[in-house]
Amino acid sequence: MSVPVFTAKALTKTYVSGEVMVHALNEVDLGIAEKEVVVLLGPSGSGKTTLLNIMGGLDRPTSGRLFFRDLDLTDLEDRELTKYRRDHVGFVFQFYNLVPSLTAYENVALVTEVARNPMRPADALALVGLEERMHHFPAQLSGGEQQRVAIARAIAKRPAVLLCDEPTGALDSKTGIRVIEVLLGVNRQLGTTTVIITHNASIQEVADRVLFFADGRISRIQTNEARREAAELTW
Amino acid sequence: MKVLDIKLFRDVRRLWAQVLAVALVVGGGVATLVLAAGSHRSLEETRTAYYERYGFADVFAQVKRAPKALADRIGEIPGVAAVDTRIAKLALLDIPGFSAPASAQFVSLPDNGEQHLNRLYIRSGRLPEPGRSEEVVVNEPFARAHGFSEGARFSAILNGRKRELVIVGTALSPEFVYTVGPGDLMPDDRRYAIVWMSEKALAGVYDLDGAFSAVAVKLQPGASEREVVLRLDALLDAYGGQAAHGRKDQTSHAWLDHELDMLNNMSRTLPPIFLLVAAFLVNLTLTRLVALEREQIGLLKALGYSDGSIVLHYFKFVAFIVVIGIVLGGVAGTWLGLRVTALFGDFFHFPFLVFAKAPDLYLTAGALSAAAAAIGAFRALREVVKLPPAVAMQPPAPPVYRRLLPARIQLDRIVSQPTLMMIRNIARHPVRAAFTTLGMALATAILVVSLFTRDSMEHLIDVTYFLADRQDASIGFAEKRIANVVEQVNRLPGVLAAEPFREVPVRIRHGSIERRITISGRPAGADLRRIIDIDLRPVVLPETGLAISGMLAHILGVSPGETVELDLLEGARRTVTMPVVATVEDYFGIRGMMDIEALRKLMREAPVVNSVNLSLDGNRAEDFYAAVKSMPTVGGVALQRVSLANFRKTVALLVTTMASIYTGLAAVIAFGVVYNNARISLSERARELASLRVLGFTRGEVLRILLLELAILTAIAQPPGWLMGYGLAWVMKTNLAGELMRVRLVVEHSTYVVATSVVVLAAIASAAVIRERIDKLDLVAVLKTRD
Repeated sequence: MSVPVFTAKALTKTYVSGEVMVHALNEVDLGIAEKEVVVLLGPSGSGKTTLLNIMGGLDRPTSGRLFFRDLDLTDLEDRELTKYRRDHVGFVFQFYNLVPSLTAYENVALVTEVARNPMRPADALALVGLEERMHHFPAQLSGGEQQRVAIARAIAKRPAVLLCDEPTGALDSKTGIRVIEVLLGVNRQLGTTTVIITHNASIQEVADRVLFFADGRISRIQTNEARREAAELTW
Repeated sequence: MKVLDIKLFRDVRRLWAQVLAVALVVGGGVATLVLAAGSHRSLEETRTAYYERYGFADVFAQVKRAPKALADRIGEIPGVAAVDTRIAKLALLDIPGFSAPASAQFVSLPDNGEQHLNRLYIRSGRLPEPGRSEEVVVNEPFARAHGFSEGARFSAILNGRKRELVIVGTALSPEFVYTVGPGDLMPDDRRYAIVWMSEKALAGVYDLDGAFSAVAVKLQPGASEREVVLRLDALLDAYGGQAAHGRKDQTSHAWLDHELDMLNNMSRTLPPIFLLVAAFLVNLTLTRLVALEREQIGLLKALGYSDGSIVLHYFKFVAFIVVIGIVLGGVAGTWLGLRVTALFGDFFHFPFLVFAKAPDLYLTAGALSAAAAAIGAFRALREVVKLPPAVAMQPPAPPVYRRLLPARIQLDRIVSQPTLMMIRNIARHPVRAAFTTLGMALATAILVVSLFTRDSMEHLIDVTYFLADRQDASIGFAEKRIANVVEQVNRLPGVLAAEPFREVPVRIRHGSIERRITISGRPAGADLRRIIDIDLRPVVLPETGLAISGMLAHILGVSPGETVELDLLEGARRTVTMPVVATVEDYFGIRGMMDIEALRKLMREAPVVNSVNLSLDGNRAEDFYAAVKSMPTVGGVALQRVSLANFRKTVALLVTTMASIYTGLAAVIAFGVVYNNARISLSERARELASLRVLGFTRGEVLRILLLELAILTAIAQPPGWLMGYGLAWVMKTNLAGELMRVRLVVEHSTYVVATSVVVLAAIASAAVIRERIDKLDLVAVLKTRD
């Protein structure tokens, strides 16, 4: 394995929801390498999303350290976190989070306008196979298409890491497989380190490594000797 | 164009109804300011231009008879720029086919050379030929009221003799913008005329060859009016001069001033209230509107947009709304302002109108609205932007609801679940509920303050025409008459009762403050014209001492029991001190009242009268009119019923028109507020309401949950709204009170009912729109996305 992209040391997150105290992450240690595809598996509330959010600079840990390459994310100001997200991170969310008032093309352009070295929005959409539908609004696209727009939006700035939270969670299996295909294609072509959260155990087979989460900790790590192609998946 | 800006325009389009509703609120505030201040400024500038171009004089005086040579000596008074001497006389008219008595102010025109001051603006025809005693120019409103054009004839009783006159022209004059006949309160163009005649002709009639009876003086810039008045009085004293006075006591100017003052005060009182209310409401609305964007803000942050660029984006959104509002308000306000200016210009018979441009008003109104909106947006953004994006993208954590009452009291046994939801929702957001209530209360309040003038005017009419001045007519004499003229009047056909009136001009002084007023002497037990106190009870005047208008007491800072100084401006011209024994509730002018016998003793004169108040037999009015026209000593006759009709007509223009416009704008604001409130509540609770639908609630039930809250808050808002409305009305009444006219603060129940009805109608209309929205609520979409 080459240089780690992410290094976590005793990463901990607790927060208060309503009147309940939640330990979302409990002293997690972790390293993720360049170009790696990592799948995070585990039940709801096991800490996957919290880890992803902290890696993406959307949230801060309560204690512990998290490095992106040699950048310590833990102490960054809001402004620096924003810059980090803008320059290095692409997000894919379960519910796509497209801006409903913008077309597919414009949703991608939303990112390319503020990125340092973006690809053209049309190219990003072509990468996800949506060049034909780039002037449609989200409401005119199917769920799978919307998710591919979200992926195009995420990769258009050529991020170092692509963080995907349940990217297939709202999709049927056929569409879900197409989306995984797109993610793996991007990983192959651009070498983007990819972290995927899922409930779907089948998806683990496409990963280099699988981290199993329970109660805010990594309970088990599984390394796949050979990644399978998305087309070989069923669920 | 940047993608964020595309988003902006699409958002504006998506939310067009709300954008428009907020813009209307902004526009309502802006329009009131632009309209009121703009029209006042236009009329003010019109008047200034009129006065300047036609040489309106600064100081005026009347004498019995003074030689024309005196004019040179008047011109030598330091500070005097120009002098015009003339003959001015009041006389009765006899107009063919018009039975009611009419009167006219006759004014001489120089036969050689031009008028220096108070120059005529000839509207049609020409000036009279010098020496032609039958040729006259009349004021245009009088000619129009009778349909007279050049060549028309009417008669006048000049110096006791009836003469036939022929109209050769019509004119306007800066001196007679507002023409009020003797003894009258309101202008009556049919019954009061200004008639200009050749000086030679008028001098011949009144035996004033080489003499004058009135003088007008123009001051040099910076000259002291008081100084000139004193010197002029000294000069004219020997010729039977009555105290000279400045523009302030010139009837036309004073009334014009009063009307413009009223307009100005309205524009200083209502628009700021409207603008502030609008600003507050815009602030509230935008806070909630932006707060709804929480998830999108979180997303933009996740995508790497900086806080600054997100804040800028939403500021643009808000700015867009405000700009629409300012444009709408500016256009509406300007249009209304031009209409109001034209309406008033027509009422005053201004020969031309100057429309003042007012960029500063747009700026003021715009800046205030924009600032309020920006602060509103900022409040919401500050909350959202400081959240980590991961949190912002999720819906807010379920707010902590609490039991309202101890657990053993089962509230849900008493009220239904939807009602419980509504109550908890209000209790959970007490600040928001309070602000919403305050917003609706303010909507009610500005309606009340727009509507109350009508009530106060009705009260004024009741007191003035039905409690105090109950005479049917009053006859004013050109010169004071010995008291037995009352017997003579009593014998006229149709006269049921007659009361004499003695009027003496005085300067009243308390400390350093002085005013020029008239003291009326009235007989003990006068029943036609009565004095009314603040509790609306008739006052019996004591045998000595002075009663004065409450307003005058306020101006002088004197209360009953204290003494004032009086300069008697007639007869022996003494200065005396006199106790004030009562203050009087009256709404027109400032004046003093005394027992007629006490006044006679004060003046050290034989019993004399200036006018007689009458009660008439309505069936014999025509006989009375005919008889009075043949009395050579009569200067004018005032008729109460006609006066009241004229008052209503004038008030309808000045007050009702303005009040209607303001009420309309207030209604627009009220609708904007209520609609936005309901609409945003719907957005904030869309998911919750859709969940209820999924659980099997009907549309009606869901609508009820949403609207119940609106209804409750609307209801709660009304009493404070009435209270605030009353408070604002008090502020406005106080600002409008002037020496010429004022009102008592009266707000009828019906006014509150109307104000509340408008707000309730706005709520119902909003509910109807919301209902459509609920019907279209996409259950699956709402539940699927986010969360």
